[in-house]
Amino acid sequence: MSGGLSLSVANTLAGLMVLASFLMIYQDRLSALINVLAAHAFVLALAVAWQAHVQDAPELYVTAAITLGFKAMALPMALRRIIVRLGLHREIEAVTGVGLTVLAGIGLVALSLDVMLPVTAHADPLTREDVTLALSVVLLGLLMMVTRRNAVSQVAAFLSLENGIDLAAAAAQGMPMVVEISVAFSLLVAFLVIGIFLFRIRERFDSVDVRALDAFRGERR
Amino acid sequence: MSLLLLVILLLLAGVPAGAARAHAPDGRPLVYGLSAGACAIGGLAALAAIGAPPATLSLPLGLPWIGAHLRLDPLAAFFLVVVNLGGAGASLYALGHARHETMPQRVLPFHPLFLAALNLVVIADDAFTFLFAWELMSLASWALVVAHHREQENLRAGYVYLLMASLSGMVLLLAFGLLAGPAGSYAFAAMRAAPPAAGVAGTVLVLALIGAGSKAGLVPLHAWLPLAHPAAPSHVSALMSGVMTKVAVYAFLRISLDLLGTPSWWSAVLVLALGGATAVLGVLYALMQHDLKRLLAYHTVENIGIIFIGIGLAMAFRADGFAAAAALALTAALFHVFNHSVFKALLFFGAGAVLTATGTRDMERLGGLIHGMPRTGFTFLIACAAISALPPLNGFVSEWLTFQAILLRPDLPQWGLKVMIPTDGALLALAAALAAACFVKAFGISFLGRPRSEAAGAAAETDRFSRAAMSGFAALCLLAGVLPGALVDVLAPAVQSLLGARMPAQLGLPWLSLVPVAAARSSYNGLLIFLFLAAATSLSILAIHRFASRAVRRAPAWDCGFPDARPATQYTADSFAQPIRRVFGALIFNAHETLSLPPPGDTAPARLTKHLADPIWDALYAPVQTVVAWAAETLNVLQFLTIRRYLAAVFIALVALLLALALWQ
Amino acid sequence: MTAALLVQGADMALVVLAAPLLTGWVRRVKARLQRRRGPPLLQPYRDLRRLLGKEAVIADGASWLFRTAPYLVFAFTWVAAALVPTFATGLYFSWTGDLIAITALLGAARFLLALAGMDIGTSFGGIGASREVMIASLAEPAMLMIVVTLALIAGSTQLSTVAAFMASPAGGPGVSLILALAAFLIVALAENARIPVDNPATHLELTMVHEAMVLEYSGRHLAMIELAASLKLLLSLSAIACIFFPFGLLTAAGGAGGYAVGLGSYAVKLAAAGALLGVFETATAKMRVFRVPGLLGVALMLGLLGTLLLYAGRGL
Repeated sequence: MSGGLSLSVANTLAGLMVLASFLMIYQDRLSALINVLAAHAFVLALAVAWQAHVQDAPELYVTAAITLGFKAMALPMALRRIIVRLGLHREIEAVTGVGLTVLAGIGLVALSLDVMLPVTAHADPLTREDVTLALSVVLLGLLMMVTRRNAVSQVAAFLSLENGIDLAAAAAQGMPMVVEISVAFSLLVAFLVIGIFLFRIRERFDSVDVRALDAFRGERR
Repeated sequence: MSLLLLVILLLLAGVPAGAARAHAPDGRPLVYGLSAGACAIGGLAALAAIGAPPATLSLPLGLPWIGAHLRLDPLAAFFLVVVNLGGAGASLYALGHARHETMPQRVLPFHPLFLAALNLVVIADDAFTFLFAWELMSLASWALVVAHHREQENLRAGYVYLLMASLSGMVLLLAFGLLAGPAGSYAFAAMRAAPPAAGVAGTVLVLALIGAGSKAGLVPLHAWLPLAHPAAPSHVSALMSGVMTKVAVYAFLRISLDLLGTPSWWSAVLVLALGGATAVLGVLYALMQHDLKRLLAYHTVENIGIIFIGIGLAMAFRADGFAAAAALALTAALFHVFNHSVFKALLFFGAGAVLTATGTRDMERLGGLIHGMPRTGFTFLIACAAISALPPLNGFVSEWLTFQAILLRPDLPQWGLKVMIPTDGALLALAAALAAACFVKAFGISFLGRPRSEAAGAAAETDRFSRAAMSGFAALCLLAGVLPGALVDVLAPAVQSLLGARMPAQLGLPWLSLVPVAAARSSYNGLLIFLFLAAATSLSILAIHRFASRAVRRAPAWDCGFPDARPATQYTADSFAQPIRRVFGALIFNAHETLSLPPPGDTAPARLTKHLADPIWDALYAPVQTVVAWAAETLNVLQFLTIRRYLAAVFIALVALLLALALWQ
Repeated sequence: MTAALLVQGADMALVVLAAPLLTGWVRRVKARLQRRRGPPLLQPYRDLRRLLGKEAVIADGASWLFRTAPYLVFAFTWVAAALVPTFATGLYFSWTGDLIAITALLGAARFLLALAGMDIGTSFGGIGASREVMIASLAEPAMLMIVVTLALIAGSTQLSTVAAFMASPAGGPGVSLILALAAFLIVALAENARIPVDNPATHLELTMVHEAMVLEYSGRHLAMIELAASLKLLLSLSAIACIFFPFGLLTAAGGAGGYAVGLGSYAVKLAAAGALLGVFETATAKMRVFRVPGLLGVALMLGLLGTLLLYAGRGL
């Protein structure tokens, strides 16, 4: 296995995740958004598996399998069921200023390059690129959480952010299994809580637009 | 050198001649013929001087302890070629065009004066001569802007122009003051020998950007330009847009790359950022216009942005010691200087011909001119294609060279440059594409379609002098696009004199290709592209007419079965730009439309109203204007004081100055 | 030299001759997917012959520009197509223009076509031209940013050199290349007026762009425009094939066997690309016109991102 190829494949997979993050920012249909999210997690699984192969770390294969089963299949299916039950699957979210958001996203990628490349100057090039792009994915997820109003897309953004953290962890020469499992578990809990909240919000306000919450808080004050 | 002095003297001789014979029938041919001849001589002399070693000359004129220093180095010679080419073309054009001038006494004396000042700025070699010529240039062009002073709009344009011109002169004065240093050596040679420290150099660069940039039309100091350039008679508009802005570019180059020595990298970032913003904003402004000449003036702003992107790249590469890359970038910028002076002059000539033929600059009242004015239409089309950077014409070559400079990607250590240079690449690409959209609009609305007014329908072809000038410039557009290597080689000494490096020689290459770095990297052959295009076009026409069909039937327009005979149903300039206004304008110009529909049964017309705001005017110019107006109003009182009070004012000023002097020491 | 000229000539003839076939193939795939029998593969050739034989009906107000534009549009597209490597790189005149020049040549063709659309002075011509330049104003910069990305990867803007570099072991996958491919696909859809940007199959629909612009054309002029459109589709697919999938491309001087492999793989790649295009167009809905800038803006941003990664990641 030549160093150049393993580097460029790892690089490409990480790049695909960034691309998927941009697609999520651009996508305004909820069901399509969930498809992109699934693709995002699928690429993550591939990237982790590749890292397992390159680093010769079998435990990372387990991580990849968990990612594939849980994040790329189970979570998107659950989300899809939620939006079908909420009757949102045809909904188009009014996303304003896609161009500006994407532009800001590019700025964030440039920022993470700017920050990470000098800091990790002496690290393994494989780690270096992946960590840099992983930071971009995290920042893009945060950006999307900030710019979206719909609670479901905020959940999707949160999940993509978490994928970025996973990528960084896998690239940083593996992380302990315990951490991985606990992260997955906390994610599950977070997902359940968010899911319950979504239904409660919906019941209460007839909408999952989080602006409704602002108005509600204003009433109480 | 002495030949150029002769040219300037000849031009100055045109001033009294113009004043004396303004209303005589021989005044116009005398003045413009003299100008054209002088400029032709000057252009040829400058062309010969590009490759020659610098020549200097000191005249015992001006301030006694400074004198007037003149210097003709390759950079100055190149800009003199641009100035005199534009001057000769504009004078030739004016020989015919100025026949329709209603106030020759306000134009004739100032035209040669303006040309002389332009020449003098470029060969000045000390700060005093330079500023004197600079102010002369500003004043002469101001006089031409307000030539038709009965139109309210022109007066306003003249007022804004005068303000900006004095600002630019004042700022340049400060810049030269800093450059001269405590020793007070105002000769450029002394400044060159002792470049200032980094902090001072930074300040001087910012001042030069304001002073020269405002004259060139750099955003956000561009707002006077689209007011002033269209207000002048068309041949003067051509000179102002095509030549005067280039002289401003010259001033910036002279200060930033010659007098200041090696620039710092952050100044390159500044220039790149301003250049990119100017290019995109300029063309977006242009797209929103429906006054033909104003559209062209805004487009000058865009092209200045492209030139400054090239200069910024050259500064960035030079700051980090990549001389060859800097030479490529500067060659691209200078190539664009030449190109823009040619096609912008040509476009203004065409606009002037349209104005004469139809009496309006409003594109909404034009249309179908290609039928009445075929020659003007053809040359205008060539210029439109050239300025839209379409091969095989010249505009494409300079933008191509700029891209090649961006693509060199030497290993720059600064992050600011690493982010700024690719961003400028995107901005440049965006500006080029929008320029094509803009000139589809300019040509399509004015020259194609059906006439939107009676005057447009009755338009007749312009006179033969104008046609000669336009045809000559159109041929230059094609020539510089087809044989770019020749032009690159001509301006190589100018690049060499500034940067100490040049692009490799081009003329010896097989097939007359243009190869900036290495053939495996990139090459472009305008000649072959042109030949292939010509061959493919004529082959297909011949083959089809010979073997298929050549039958033609004229019929009413199809228009999906609903042709409407009224020209008002055509797309207008505003409606053509509506999609782009909607995509880009909402963000930048706060553009929006309101539609008022009368209720059913009401026969009142429905109205679609377009709202546009100019953020730069509102944020920068309007406050300044308010302050100046307020100050003028307040100071007006001073005009009605008694003698005693005037004396008191003088006395107080004198004491204050003495006090300052005492405290200073 | 004679042999090299011959290969170059064969390439130029090939692109013109094969272009209608590709169009016919895409139509055929779409028809089959929609459970129609569809026109025969060779139908575009018949259409061209029929149009060429007819007299040209020209509107009363048309100028010389209207009559010459179709030929010029065809010439610009043809020269651009001849610069794209099809089955082999390093053809005799391949250095005449680079990717930037190809983009600009296509831009020139569009410039002329937009002007021709406005020449008669009908509202349809105006709407088509106006929308076409709006789309181009974003598609062209996106294309240029892709060019910049590719040039930074391969160290050259010559398409022939880029393709040879990509075919060599050094041209492995990479983040920027993926971004460039994604952007290129979007731009290619927009440039060729395909769904979701425009619909090449409809005429009387208010959202139309390209078809509205050429509404007044008939006879031989229309034939030239149709041929140019087919050529442009072939050009786009060839460019994508030679940059991103350079398998089988003849990069060094090869004998008859090399040419056979090159031609065979080129045909396979075109067929696959055409089939994918047909599937994509069938599966996608046409966008509203004012949704298109968003899509193209994303392509522009992807190109810029790829460039930025390359520029900034140089220290690696």
